[in-house]
Amino acid sequence: MNQSASIEAARRPELKPMFLLRWEDTQAAYVLLYPEGVVKLNPTAAEILRRCDGQRTVGELTEELRALFSETPERVEQGVQKFLEVSYAKGWIRDRA
Amino acid sequence: MPKDGSGIALDGQGRPLWLVLELTYRCPLKCVWCNNPLDFQRYTSQELSTEEWKDVLRQARTLGSLQLGFSGGEPMLRDDLEELVGYADSLGFYTNLITSGIGLTETRLRALKEAGLKQIQLSLQSADRRLTNELTGARAHDIKLDVAARIKAHGFPMVLNVPVVRQNIDQVERILAMAESIGVDYLEFANIQYYNWALLNRDELLPSRAQIEHAEAVVQAARERLGQSMTIYFVIPDYYEGRPKACMNGWGTIHLTIAPDGAALPCQEVRVIEGLEFPTVREKSLAWIWNDSPLFRKFRGDEWMKEPCRSCSEKEKDFGGCRCQAFLLTGDAANADPACSRSPHHHVITQAIDASHSPERPKRPLIRRLRDAVSTEL
Repeated sequence: MNQSASIEAARRPELKPMFLLRWEDTQAAYVLLYPEGVVKLNPTAAEILRRCDGQRTVGELTEELRALFSETPERVEQGVQKFLEVSYAKGWIRDRA
Repeated sequence: MPKDGSGIALDGQGRPLWLVLELTYRCPLKCVWCNNPLDFQRYTSQELSTEEWKDVLRQARTLGSLQLGFSGGEPMLRDDLEELVGYADSLGFYTNLITSGIGLTETRLRALKEAGLKQIQLSLQSADRRLTNELTGARAHDIKLDVAARIKAHGFPMVLNVPVVRQNIDQVERILAMAESIGVDYLEFANIQYYNWALLNRDELLPSRAQIEHAEAVVQAARERLGQSMTIYFVIPDYYEGRPKACMNGWGTIHLTIAPDGAALPCQEVRVIEGLEFPTVREKSLAWIWNDSPLFRKFRGDEWMKEPCRSCSEKEKDFGGCRCQAFLLTGDAANADPACSRSPHHHVITQAIDASHSPERPKRPLIRRLRDAVSTEL
């Protein structure tokens, strides 16, 4: 794992129970639903969040995304790190106990 | 009810992302700030049937509605609530119940969970029994605390909604402590908005600036202490803000309310505006109402704006404020919301504040939400 990574590879993030992630036809996008809120996710964000299932580690989901996107491995990792940071900060995800 | 500052992303502009079904205006409480119409009893015989509500749900999903609030009145008074929640869940809505807690028995709570209900918003009016009961006109306090504990026991995410008025604003600290011990996920201090019953009682309900500043400071300290364990909203009272609220994120942009009689409304209060026609789902399709009806087009966008809104740099941020408040306090719904300090009518707000805190003000009894409490027809 890259030295600059601030979220450790062994963590297993999962969506908090009050959040619901699903595909929404009328938006042609994944949406995150929660009490009094909706967030429409861009395709990259959705691919990351779908893998926050409490099973995969950050390291594993980063690997999967590298296979999915044509960006360089470093850029994919940076993107994942940044998005997970935001998701933890917003309280969308937590570590599997 | 989605508030100014609620977390709806604007990506969905143009679709009724937020659907509120006011299943009934009937309610066991008699709150002195009720936002239901003054002539609420007129609608009891006109309530939509279960099948009519289901048809509304189907049409709204097709239009792109995602968040669904079951509200009222008290939605627990409809014995088809569980059936409607289940149906809405099967269509893909995120279902929220907005309730006083009265009637939310253990049996019904379990049935709602099984039906797929996602979230419950419970109202609480104060930290002590006497004041809650006085403000709601019912022996509601103990029932609410019992219901709050059982909502959490069933694992529902929970919003505790506290309508804030002069009488309870100094209890913010105690209410925070109660919310913490209940384990609520979101605590919402909602300074009440002055329409309908609240407007009748405004002189007695409006808090002072000093009270609001104190409450805000207490909330801020609690946010720092609690971090992510509880999200606390403090809905700013627009009378003191100088800026109008971005009401409903703009008229007819993301919000759709269906009233008990099937009238489709851009907001829950809008029937206070005289001279508008309110189409109902019994007569028209929801798609036509949302996209094409004169009602929904009336204040959509900014073509309708007059000065000072028209040339204002903030018009895309606050949309000129609230049309209902503009009508009620200035007589013209197309005027700038007088809560805005740039409105030529802003003095009606400052005068209302002064009048409600004048030592010489005649003290009036609170007018409760009761059938025929006020006469709305000659």
